Amino acid sequence: MKLLEGIPDPEVPVLNIIDLGIVRDVRVYPTPEVESNFVFHTDRNGLGVTVIITPTYVGCPAVDMIKATIQMTLTSAGYYPVEVRTTLFPAWTTEWLSEEARGKLEAFGIAPPNPVSSVCHLEPFQREEAVSCPRCRSCHTEMISPFGSTACKAMYRCLDCQEPFDYFKCH
Amino acid sequence: MLPSLYEYLLYLGDNTLILGHRNSEWCGHGPALELDIALTNISLDLIGQARLYYQYAASETAWQSEDTIAYLRDAHQFRNLLLVEQPNGDWAHTILRQFLFSSFQHHLYNYLRESSDPTIAAISNKSYKEVAYHLRWSSEWVIRMGDGTQESHQRMLTALEDLWMFTGEFFLPAPYEDQLPTGIQPLPAPLMQGFWMDRIKEVFSAAGLPVPASPGFQSGGKTGRHTEYLGYVLAEMQFLQRAYPGSNW
Repeated sequence: MKLLEGIPDPEVPVLNIIDLGIVRDVRVYPTPEVESNFVFHTDRNGLGVTVIITPTYVGCPAVDMIKATIQMTLTSAGYYPVEVRTTLFPAWTTEWLSEEARGKLEAFGIAPPNPVSSVCHLEPFQREEAVSCPRCRSCHTEMISPFGSTACKAMYRCLDCQEPFDYFKCH
Repeated sequence: MLPSLYEYLLYLGDNTLILGHRNSEWCGHGPALELDIALTNISLDLIGQARLYYQYAASETAWQSEDTIAYLRDAHQFRNLLLVEQPNGDWAHTILRQFLFSSFQHHLYNYLRESSDPTIAAISNKSYKEVAYHLRWSSEWVIRMGDGTQESHQRMLTALEDLWMFTGEFFLPAPYEDQLPTGIQPLPAPLMQGFWMDRIKEVFSAAGLPVPASPGFQSGGKTGRHTEYLGYVLAEMQFLQRAYPGSNW
């Protein structure tokens, strides 16, 4: 777990993958010494590990990178074999973001998802729930676009301090 | 894997891959930065869905992968709806195509969430929330354009004339849909039409657009008989894998 906490989300580097809530399970098990044809691993710790993660958005390109980083981090820590599997069910939701994660997001300048999750309502032009500006905390803000620089964010602007900002949208 | 299930997975995946590819053609050309970003985000979601369906379809054969399914099939082996392969045209065509498809897909996934096939249920459940964003965004643009200026209204009417004919196919089951074991597709396609039409009527009435009386008479995509446009999409999408087989980076 400690090792996984060192792995950042490549898109939102202030969050690690534990903060994000995408690590669903970690299974560590002892392994007998396995012969390798190519490299003699002297630094193995005799443990194998299976990590199960769930993607945030189905097309999120960060998922492949996160998988590769988990592989590398755990392999270089001596685990063998390292298996990273993905599961789709139950589906990830922003409610799984840790309390700590919400604070980190806000400090980074990204408004965290509203605590009462309001996933996209189908009614056209429905007024959005108030999102507080991460700079000046004003709730006098408006949405510029429901789609932002990454799949998980929407673009907002603050009508008081005039700064545009990202909102980590409820999902 | 049952042949009918395999083909149904291709149908689900091909729809989202081809529409995702079409939308991605707007990358760098959107009328405003936010719209460019919105369409590429939608593409990303759609192509992500295609990957999951293809991974599942490929999961039981050693020689197949999501990549061979996407890059090494020819037009007649694609099962996507004719609507999604239609060219981008102007903004009105792109928006209307997205709206007609998303309003269908939203109902489709809503039912597939209850599928007796756990993988289809999980993929649909996961994608359902994303599709809600696509549907709302495209609905708002249909209203904005239809209820906008004379010019934008006229463009929506032209788009409607060009695209409406492809919508009947949504509800015309292909042989593989009829052969699916019961429960995989909890609500058969023909029964979804009424729900879809409710949304169409609601948004078109807000947009001041007429709901065409003519049936959507064009079909064939679901069984591999495509319009000439698909070949050009594939030529661009598959070129690299065809010219340099197996290459990757």
